[in-house]
Amino acid sequence: MDNLMHLMDGFATVLSWYHITIMVIGVLLGVLVGVLPGLGAPNGVSLLLPLTFTMDPISAIILLSCMYWGALFGGSTTSILFNIPGEPSSVATTFDGYPMARDGQATRALTLAFISAGLGALAGVVMITLLSSWVAEFGLRFSSPEYFAVYFLAFASFIGMSSSAPSKTLVSLALGLVFATVGMDAVSGGLRLTFGIPDLVKGISFLVAVMGLFGIAELMVTTEEGLHFKGIKARIRPMDVLRTAAEMPRYAVALVRSILIGIWMGITPAGPTAASFMSHGIAKRFSKHPERFGKGEPSGIVSPEAADHSAGTSALLPMLALGVPGSATAAVMMGGLMIWGLTPGPMLFVERPDFVWGLIASMYLGNLVAVVLVLATVPLYASILRVPFAIIGPLIIAVIFTGVYQVANSTFDILLVLLFALLGYLFKKLDYPVAPLVLAMVLGDRAEEAFRQSMVFSDGSVAVFWSNPLVSTIMGLGVFMLAWPLVSKMIGLRAFRRRSAMKPEASQERPRQGAETPR
Amino acid sequence: MIKPLSLLCATLAVSAQSLAWEPNRPVEFVVTSGAGGGTDNFARTVQAIISKHNLMDASIIVSNKGGGSGAEGFVYAAGYQNDPYKLTFGTNNEYLLPKVNRMPYAAEDLQPVAAMAFDEFMIWVNGKAEWEDAGAFIADAKAEPGKMRFSGSQSKDTDQTLVSMLQAATGTEFRYVPFNGGSQALVQLSGGHVDANVNNPSENLGQWKAGMVKPLCVFSPEPLPAGEPVYDGKGWGDVPTCASQGIPITEYRMPRTVWLAAGVDQEVVEFYRDLLQKVVETPEWKAYVANSVQSDTFLSGDELRSYIDENTRVITEVFATEGWLVE
Repeated sequence: MDNLMHLMDGFATVLSWYHITIMVIGVLLGVLVGVLPGLGAPNGVSLLLPLTFTMDPISAIILLSCMYWGALFGGSTTSILFNIPGEPSSVATTFDGYPMARDGQATRALTLAFISAGLGALAGVVMITLLSSWVAEFGLRFSSPEYFAVYFLAFASFIGMSSSAPSKTLVSLALGLVFATVGMDAVSGGLRLTFGIPDLVKGISFLVAVMGLFGIAELMVTTEEGLHFKGIKARIRPMDVLRTAAEMPRYAVALVRSILIGIWMGITPAGPTAASFMSHGIAKRFSKHPERFGKGEPSGIVSPEAADHSAGTSALLPMLALGVPGSATAAVMMGGLMIWGLTPGPMLFVERPDFVWGLIASMYLGNLVAVVLVLATVPLYASILRVPFAIIGPLIIAVIFTGVYQVANSTFDILLVLLFALLGYLFKKLDYPVAPLVLAMVLGDRAEEAFRQSMVFSDGSVAVFWSNPLVSTIMGLGVFMLAWPLVSKMIGLRAFRRRSAMKPEASQERPRQGAETPR
Repeated sequence: MIKPLSLLCATLAVSAQSLAWEPNRPVEFVVTSGAGGGTDNFARTVQAIISKHNLMDASIIVSNKGGGSGAEGFVYAAGYQNDPYKLTFGTNNEYLLPKVNRMPYAAEDLQPVAAMAFDEFMIWVNGKAEWEDAGAFIADAKAEPGKMRFSGSQSKDTDQTLVSMLQAATGTEFRYVPFNGGSQALVQLSGGHVDANVNNPSENLGQWKAGMVKPLCVFSPEPLPAGEPVYDGKGWGDVPTCASQGIPITEYRMPRTVWLAAGVDQEVVEFYRDLLQKVVETPEWKAYVANSVQSDTFLSGDELRSYIDENTRVITEVFATEGWLVE
């Protein structure tokens, strides 16, 4: 209840026209940097940081955090419209968001994404309000073995459900791990797989990889299927936004489940990327129609978005309560905190409650402002797809190349993005799944690091992953998720036999459902 | 008669000034750490001070190139051999990285402009730990060699080097677990997963305020200047030096350095040296140094060269005993 009192004080500080204006500006700037690939939230926030030196800390943090929310929404927009994820955490949104948009339902896809993202973020803030002190302590119980267990769980729940041939999934996964290995290894301090090429010392940027694998490869396939010189003819009516909003209750189960996954991954702190992949994987696993996933299934959009944003929001808690940045953007904001004369850390709650609770209150309002703003502009974004491909295609290519160059001012990366485009094209043609590769690239090196740190802790004994109730539970869940396809097949087989013994026609029902996937 | 003369003098002075090199397009600050890292705060503070006091007409672009423990930034800067528009910010990693790895750049590819401050190192333990001084801590470590765990930032970098020096100096063995950055090393310590770390003062300040971690000793010849009390009535000035605690390492510091490509002219180096000299004289710089508990020492020219030579020699010895040297 104490927290609620503080929160009310926070609202009192934040609710002024000046601060609302700052929020709107922050969100709009954020959407802009989120939509432009290669710019991203951390860069945007650090560009804006010098401007905040003359502001008071509360207004400054409101501006920066609202920019962050805006960037998160902007990242989802490009994932859905162009198959180009702006951030690692919005990769999972492309799986179903892009197919739906391509089928002429861009408005629906964007609306679904934004509403679930907003609800996810809201749930994250509520969690922060209610549980801040407990969660901060809980985070401290995580050491390397626990981290590894969480990553293992994310891998297991996503990989176990892959619909491609297991051997192809394995190839894709292994390739991703190889790409993640390139560059300096934090545990040994040595360079790996750089082949004496100076540009590889920094490692392969995730953004470069996804822009090639998703963005350009997609354009290549589209071009090959015949050049459409017409845009997608979809009627875009503002009413569609409301209609989609009305269908949200149908995905309530997926939404709640994803929010829980997101909050859990945000606190633990495996982060939004792991959360969104895991939640998409689990949504597919527990769906009655797993075959519809990847073709524009609504809960395939709702799940990763809700998980991404609830995790992203909860991840701000470690920053506030422990003074430890949960993401690159949070790290920049923490640098800002120090410049404004505040010391991030556990005492911030005690020393400057007005600042902390002002920020938390601004998270409620900022997200609200962001959702309203992006929903209002959905028809605008969706109408981009009506532009003929002959115009939008080259434009995307130009934006991708500029974005890729911007990541590290490196011409080598432009070459690299072409290689990845080729790889992505081959994957599509030969029906290899891209998702495991991306997942391995994002989480692979972190999982490896955590594993090797655990080995240093335990003198090389794997028993460390079962050494306390916390890590054992997470590992156990992971193993269960990995074995689930086998288990469900066995259970399913028995149930199927029983059912087919009673009702022979039951077996014919399934494939028919798969065939009539709505287009 | 006097008027035209003074006018002439003034013109001469102006033309003499315009002869000296000055940047006439934007200068890139290459930061060899990710956004939010110690080097990033350093470079952005310098940038903010230059723009606030109008110390330079050209504008500044800051770009983060922290890949490969900062190697990305040095490789990038070394690729512009005669470019006076790239100023690189780092620590002693510029000349130490090529010692432990076959890097695609050599330490000589860049020339030092200035060391603007020195960051201190301390031995930190969990706030609830029973050790009240470094002597007791080392005694316990000696009782069970190899049991005491240190967390630190990166591998074969400043933290691990110091832990290795600590082993040699006290004749005991520690276990070093590398993490990705000082903040992770800190969380591991507050969570009680490791016994100690050797973070910089500013990295652990927030947690010390809450009593979650506490410093045992500082690796400097003199105690730090007394400031406000941080926790339990104790401040930075109350932390004893490690040497006074019977650990024979009087000094271990990390310089905050600024570099230019080796190929640029001396007058360019002088321009930036004078610029940075003006920066360290501002009150904003004094505040930055005090807030981040660093020592306010400015080195340039021969002084800086000899510091770098000495620092390289001492640390290369540690690398050699650990077998980390390449070639």
